[in-house]
Amino acid sequence: MLSEIPLSYFLVVSTLMFFIGIYGFLTRKNLITILMAVELILNSVNINFVAFNRYLFPDQLEGHFFSLFIIAVAAAEAAVAIAIIISVYRRYSNIDVERVDTMKF
Amino acid sequence: MDFLTLFVVVPVLTIIGIVFTKNMKQTRLVSAVGMSIQLVLAVALVFMYLAERKAGNAAEMLFSHSYVWFESLNISYIVGVDGISVAMILLTGIVVLTGVFASWKVDFLPREFFISLIFLSSGVFGFFISLDLFTMFLFYEVAVIPMYLLIGIWGTGPKEYSAMKLTLMLMGASALLLVGILGIYFNSNAGGGELTFNIMEIAKVKIPMDAQRMFFPMTFIGFGVLGALFPFHTWSPDGHASAPTAVSMLHAGVLMKLGGYGAFRVAMFLLPDAAQEMAWIFLILTSISVVYGAFGAIFQKDLKYINAYSSVSHCGLVLFAILMMNKAALNGAILQMISHGLMTALFFALIGMIYGRTHTRMIDQLGGLMKVMPILSVSYVIAGLANLGLPGLSGFVAEMTIFFGAFQHPDLFHRILTITAAASIVITAVYILRVVGQILYGPITNEHFLKLDDAHWYERVSTGVLIFAIAGIGLAPLWLSDMINDSLNPIVNQLMQAIVK
Amino acid sequence: MIDFSFTILIPLIPFILFLLLGLTSGKMKPVLSGYIGTLGLSVVTVLSYFTAYQYFFNREAGAGVFEKIIPFHTVWIHLTEKLHVDLGILLDPISVMMMVVITTVSLMVHIYSMGYMKGDKGFSRFYSFLSLFSFSMLGLVVAPNIFQMYIFWELVGVSSYLLISYYYEKPSAVSAGKKAFIVTRFADLGFLVGILTLSYISGTFDFVTLTDPQGALITQGTSLTFMGISALTWALTLIFMGGAGKSAMFPLHIWLPDAMEGPTPVSALIHAATMVVAGVYLVARLFPLYFFVAPDALTIVAYVGGFTSLFAAVIACTQTDIKRVLAFSTMSQIGYMMLALGVSGYGGEHGLGYMASMFHLFTHAMFKALLFLGAGAIIHAVHTNNMNEMGGLRKYLPITHITFLIACLTISGIPPFSGFFSKDEILVAAFESNRFLFFVEYAVAGITAFYMFRLYFNVFWGKSTHYHHTPHESPFTMTIPLMVLALASMFTGFIPFSDLVTSNGEAFTLHTNWLVAIPSVLIGMAGIALAWVFYKKETAIPDQLATTLSSPYKWSFNKFYIDEVYLFVTKKIIFDRVSEPIAWFDRHVVDASMNRIAWVTNLASDQIKGLQSGQLQKYGFIFISGVIILTFTFVYFLFN
Repeated sequence: MLSEIPLSYFLVVSTLMFFIGIYGFLTRKNLITILMAVELILNSVNINFVAFNRYLFPDQLEGHFFSLFIIAVAAAEAAVAIAIIISVYRRYSNIDVERVDTMKF
Repeated sequence: MDFLTLFVVVPVLTIIGIVFTKNMKQTRLVSAVGMSIQLVLAVALVFMYLAERKAGNAAEMLFSHSYVWFESLNISYIVGVDGISVAMILLTGIVVLTGVFASWKVDFLPREFFISLIFLSSGVFGFFISLDLFTMFLFYEVAVIPMYLLIGIWGTGPKEYSAMKLTLMLMGASALLLVGILGIYFNSNAGGGELTFNIMEIAKVKIPMDAQRMFFPMTFIGFGVLGALFPFHTWSPDGHASAPTAVSMLHAGVLMKLGGYGAFRVAMFLLPDAAQEMAWIFLILTSISVVYGAFGAIFQKDLKYINAYSSVSHCGLVLFAILMMNKAALNGAILQMISHGLMTALFFALIGMIYGRTHTRMIDQLGGLMKVMPILSVSYVIAGLANLGLPGLSGFVAEMTIFFGAFQHPDLFHRILTITAAASIVITAVYILRVVGQILYGPITNEHFLKLDDAHWYERVSTGVLIFAIAGIGLAPLWLSDMINDSLNPIVNQLMQAIVK
Repeated sequence: MIDFSFTILIPLIPFILFLLLGLTSGKMKPVLSGYIGTLGLSVVTVLSYFTAYQYFFNREAGAGVFEKIIPFHTVWIHLTEKLHVDLGILLDPISVMMMVVITTVSLMVHIYSMGYMKGDKGFSRFYSFLSLFSFSMLGLVVAPNIFQMYIFWELVGVSSYLLISYYYEKPSAVSAGKKAFIVTRFADLGFLVGILTLSYISGTFDFVTLTDPQGALITQGTSLTFMGISALTWALTLIFMGGAGKSAMFPLHIWLPDAMEGPTPVSALIHAATMVVAGVYLVARLFPLYFFVAPDALTIVAYVGGFTSLFAAVIACTQTDIKRVLAFSTMSQIGYMMLALGVSGYGGEHGLGYMASMFHLFTHAMFKALLFLGAGAIIHAVHTNNMNEMGGLRKYLPITHITFLIACLTISGIPPFSGFFSKDEILVAAFESNRFLFFVEYAVAGITAFYMFRLYFNVFWGKSTHYHHTPHESPFTMTIPLMVLALASMFTGFIPFSDLVTSNGEAFTLHTNWLVAIPSVLIGMAGIALAWVFYKKETAIPDQLATTLSSPYKWSFNKFYIDEVYLFVTKKIIFDRVSEPIAWFDRHVVDASMNRIAWVTNLASDQIKGLQSGQLQKYGFIFISGVIILTFTFVYFLFN
C-alpha cells in the first residue's frame, strides 16, 4: 500500500510544513506560536528523514534513529523554551517578542 | 643591558615605584627623583656622545644594540643614537622633569596622573632611541594613548570632547602611518635580501619609485598630523586648551616633536626620491601653516589658544625647514624643535601657574600681573621674547638657521617661500606683545589679584630650568648646532643622491 | 700699535652689569644698584676713551689710512657650510667714534638718572635695562659682520621696548612700547631679507670683505636680478628699510613720538643720541657697497632723508609736548645725516658727505642729549610735558636755562657752536651734488631754528605762569651732566673730523665754503628772530596765524594723519580683515570639516546599529533570505 504512494508526496508535505513553519517563525509575535512554528520545522525534517530512509535504504534504520533523536531534542528544547517564555512573562507580563528588547545595543 | 635601554627602564621603574607610594607627597617625590635620574642620564648621554665623537668614532649610530624580537617578521628591538636623537632626548629629559614640577599640586588621583605622565614619557624616550620602524611605531603609540586619559580625566573645560578629538585625529594619522611603514617594509628587499624594519638597512636599498610615491605622502602626513601640519592641526588648539599643565607642556614640548623627528627620520630618510619630487606640495602647506598659525593667534582670547596657534606656526616652520632638504635648513629644523619644545613648555607651565592663581585664561580678564607676581611675569616676558626670536634666546638661533639655510636653495620659488615664512616673525611679535601688554602690564583689573602670591619653589625650579636651557642654547649654540650638523650627513647624502637620479 | 684685545671688556662689562642688576633687582638697595651701574659704565667710558686715543692719536708717524682692526673674534654658530656668524670686535674710525658717543651719553644719563629717577620703585630695574641697552648698543657698533649687527640690532630694539614701557602700569606707555617694537620689527624684516639676499650673493657676512672696494662683490657685482632690478639694489634697499625703521625715517617714523612715554633720560639716551642713529651707522657701515654697486639705493637714502627732515620739521612747529617737539627735531636731524650719506661720494675729499654725516651724528648726539636732559629737568621741576602750561622758567632754573639755550643755538647752526660746523658740511655736500635737496635743507635749517626757539621762548620766557609748587633747580646729579654736555656742544665742533673719520680712512683738509655757510647762518638767525617776535612775549600772532592757516596747521598738528593711516591698516585690515577671518575659517571650515568627518562616522555607525534591532525574527528573516538567495545562486551556477 505504501509503495503505491510516491516519495514526492511526502516531500511535498514536508516542504509545505517547513515553509509554513518558517512563515510562522518570521511573522508571529507571540512566543508560544513561534515555538510551535519551530516544532513544525523540526517535524517537517522528521518526515523527510523517515521518508528517505524508507524509500532509499529500506534495510537500514539511521533515518528513524535520527528522527527519534530529534524528537527527544525537540522535547528538551520545548521545555527550555517554555521555561524562558514563562520567565519573560513574569518580567514583562506578556510574551510579545517585540517588547523583549532590553538587551538591544 | 645597554645604556640606551635605561631610558625606557628608568621610567618603568619609576612607575613601579609610584605604585607602591601611599600619598601625594611620596608620589611626586618618587616621580621627581625618577625623572631627575632620567635628566642626569640624558646629560650624561650628551657628554658620552661628544666624547665618543671626539675619540674619532665615525659610525652613523652610536651605542647601537640589537635584540631580535619577532624573528619570522624580522622585527628587532634596535637602539642607537646620533646627534639628533641625543639632542631630542636631552629636550625630553628637561621637559618631563619640569613637567613633574609643574604638576606638583595635582591632588586628584595623583598616583594615576604621574603614572600616565611617566608612561607617556617612556614612549617618547623609546621613540627617540629606536632604529626599527616597528618598535618606533610601538613607542609612538605608547606615547599617544596616555594622552587620552590625561586630558579626559585631569583636563579642564570640554575635556572629553578635546581628548576624543585629539586621540582620534592622532589615531587616524597613525593608521596612515602604519600603512606607510608596512609599505616601506614590504619594499625593503629591493636588493634581493630579506624584508626588514631596520631603518639603517632600509636606507641602503632604493625603494622602487612607485612605492615611494605612494608611501611618502602617507608617512609624511602621518607624522605631519602630530607636527600640526595644516589643515590637520585642529586637534592642537582644543587639545592644549583642555589639557592639564604638564600635559600641555609635554604635548607641545615633546610629543609634537615626534612628528617632526619622524617625518625627518622615516619619510625623508627612507623615501628620498619621492620627497624630492613631492616636497613642493608640502612646502606650500607648511608655509601656510607658518603664516596662518601666526595670524590665527592674533585673534584668540584664551592664552592657551594663542600658544597653541603659535605652536602651529612654529612647528610648521620645522616641517618647512625639513622640506627644504639642505643641511643648514635641516639643522635649523632640529634646533627649532628643541627651541620650540623648551619655550612652549615654559609658556604652558606659566599659563598653568597663572591659571592656577587667577582661575581664568581669558586675556581680557587679566591685567597688571607684573605687579603681583613679578617672577612669573618676568618669566612670561622671557618666554615671549624667546618666542618672537630675540637674539640671546634659543628661538633666534633656530629661526635664523632655518631662514639662512632655506634661502640658500637655488630655486627662486623656495626663496620666496622663505621670505613668506620669515614674515611670520613680525606677526609673532604682534601677538606676543599684545598678550604681554594686556595681561602683565597696565593697571590691575581685578582686586582679587592683589591677594595672589608669586612663584613657589617648585614653580621656580620648573621655570628656572627651562629659562636656563633657553638662554644657554641662545647664548652658546655652537656645540649643539655642530653636534646636530655632524649627524646630518647621511640624510643629506640620501637626498642629494635622489636629485642626481 | 698696541694690542686692542682689551676692548672686549667694553661690551662685556655692561652685560655683566645687566645680569647682576637684573638678578638682584628687588633684593639690593636701589641706590646701591645705581652706584654700581654708574661705576661700571664709567669704567667702560674710560676704556673707550683710551681706545679712541690709542686708535686715533697714538699712531706711528706716517701711518697712512686708518686700518680696520679686528682684535677679537670667535665663531658663534655655523649657519651653512659657507656662512658662519662670528662674534667679535671691529675697530675702525666710525666704530671707535660711536663707542665714544655711546659711552659719553650713557654715562651722563646714568649720572643724571640718579637724580631724576630717585625714589622710583623700579630703580634697579631701570639701571639693569640701561646696562642692557649699553651692552647692545656697544655690541652693535663694534660688530665686525652684518649678522652680529642684526643680533644687537634686535637687542637694542628690545631694550628700547623695555625702557619705553618702563612705567608698565600706564597703558599709554605700554602701547607706545608695543608700537615701537612692532614698527621696528617690521622694518627689521626688511633688514633680515636684505641680509639673506646679500649673504646669498656674497657668501659672507663680514664687513671687511663686503665693503672692500677691491673685493669680489664690488668689482664683479651680481648677475642676479629680481623684477628687472639688480638683486644687490634690492638687498641694500631692504637693509636701508631696517635702518629707516630704527632711525624713524618716513614712513616708518610713527613710533618715535610715542616713544617719549618712556622716562626722559631714556629718551635722551636711546631716542635721541644713540639708538636712533643706528640706521645712519648701518648705511655708513655699508657705504662702499651702496656707492659702488647700488647707487639707486643711495639715491633713495638721500631723498628719504631729505623728505623726513622737512616733514618732521614742519610737524615740530605745531606740537605742544616739549618731548615730542624734540622727538620730531631728532627725526629731522637724522634726516640730515641720511641725506648727507645719500649725496656723498667715496674716498678722500669726495667723501665729504660721509664725513659730514658722521660729524653731525657726533655733535647731534651731544646737543640732543643735552636738550632732552634739559627737558627732563624742566619736567622734573614743573611736572608737565605741555609747554603751554610753562613760561618764565628762566628765573627758577638758571643752569637748565643757560645749557638749554646753548643747545638751541647749537641745533640752529649758529657759530661757533658745534652744530654750525657739522650742519655746514652737510649743506656743502648737498650743494655739490644735488641742488634741489640743498635748498630743501636750507628751508629746514630755518624751520629748525624757528621751532627750537619757539620751544625755548615758550618755556623760559613768555607769560609767567603760576605754578602749584615753586619750581626749583634740579640737584647736582642732574645739572652736572647738563653742564658737561653743554661744554661738549660748544667745543666738539673744533674736532678735526676730516682727519679722523672719512669714508676710506684717508684724511683730507676741509675748506669752509662761505657761500654756503653765511646764508645758512642768516637763515638760522631769521628763524630765531621770527620765534622772538612770536613767542618772546605773549602775543596773539601765533593764534591768528593758526586760524588763518587753519588747514595746514591742523595737518601739521595731527602729524599729517600718518598714525591714523597705520591704525587703519593694522586694525581695520590686518586685524579685522585678515586675522579675524582666519580665526573664523579655522573654527568653521578646517575644524568643522574634521568634526564633520566625525559626524559622518557617527551617522554611519548609527545606521549600522539600526540593523542590530535585537529582534530575533528580523535576524531570522535576513538569515533565511540569505540562505535562499545563496542556494539559488549556487544551483544556478552549478547547472549552468
